Amino acid sequence: MNNSVYSPGHTACAGCGQSLAVRLVLEATGKNTIVVNNTGCLEVFSTKYPESAFEVPFIHSLFENAAAVASGVEAALKYLGKKEQINVIAQAGDGGTADIGLQALSGMMERGHDVLYVCYDNEAYMNTGIQRSGLTPLLAHTTTSPKGSQSWGNLRPKKPMPEIARAHGIPYVAVASIGFPQDIQRKVKKACSIKGPKYIQIHVPCPLGWQYSPQQTIEIGKLAVETGLYPLIEYEYGKLTAVRKISPKPVEEYLKTQGRFKHILDKPEQIKQIQEIADTNIAFYGLRIEEQPAASAA
Amino acid sequence: MFGPLVSKPGSSRKNKTGSWRIESKPNFLKKNCLGCKLCVLVCPENCVKETAKNVFEVDLSYCKGCGMCAMICPKKEIEMVKEDKSK
Repeated sequence: MNNSVYSPGHTACAGCGQSLAVRLVLEATGKNTIVVNNTGCLEVFSTKYPESAFEVPFIHSLFENAAAVASGVEAALKYLGKKEQINVIAQAGDGGTADIGLQALSGMMERGHDVLYVCYDNEAYMNTGIQRSGLTPLLAHTTTSPKGSQSWGNLRPKKPMPEIARAHGIPYVAVASIGFPQDIQRKVKKACSIKGPKYIQIHVPCPLGWQYSPQQTIEIGKLAVETGLYPLIEYEYGKLTAVRKISPKPVEEYLKTQGRFKHILDKPEQIKQIQEIADTNIAFYGLRIEEQPAASAA
Repeated sequence: MFGPLVSKPGSSRKNKTGSWRIESKPNFLKKNCLGCKLCVLVCPENCVKETAKNVFEVDLSYCKGCGMCAMICPKKEIEMVKEDKSK
């Protein structure tokens, strides 16, 4: 009767993209799921002691070792002969995935554990006060890469996490966005049907860190995809099997929605730098609708 | 087993986060609803529920008033109305 897997009452901000993504992922995997969590916003707002928003088994250990704990859970389930019925999910934010938890994640993928790793990419350490992480985009303002007279914000482009995961040769790597909720659920269901390590990265806008009003979460997620800054792609065994085709919009449309890019809006040179990233993505993955039909087949 | 254990699933329900709403709450007009369930799909609180066929209600004891349901509704059937919580 009660089919809920993720209950209300958690303490996420209004309009939190991550709390929505977690529910979508868990609804797609169903009740027979064990969740292992890195430290991060997600762990803090969903399991404020002594309460838990999860209605599935949930383990949190350290900042970096969700992938390692999930490997152990999977090995134990295999020993008990119960792995067939139960999905194991390791989930983390972008800092817990790309910076702190990368070695545990890499180990999990290399050993071939049957675990779905979900990275909720909100592009900074939001929980501790918006510090930059490896997945913070170029020129974004954060508290450790502040805009100012000597600085344009974050100096480095995003770490290519999906490409790093793909290089491990794992069965399934996908990028999704909260702008396309049904697409997230389709990709999670597909991942659950595949045996072996899986990696899904979900783009989740954060109203607090990105400085926009809460109702725009879905719209901003969509714009990131439509400008080519966040290509939705799927890799199976290292081969690009699907991309979401777009008619690229100029990146200004995405940048002007958020306060973290406000300082570069009237600076054509800086916008050009970001446009170049989008153009590179579009050319590399063959995202454009009209042209390059050959690139999508590759 | 080490560490704090929370044995009751979904126990966060006792946090009535509806008190977080600062200015407006969603109002479901219930006139031209298509029944597409996008409002249920995109609610980050998981507090929009289908109470009868194609009748959707929001649980105001949890709604934080983010307005995502009003933004996504294709028929603009959900409006955000100002509320005065001082009373």
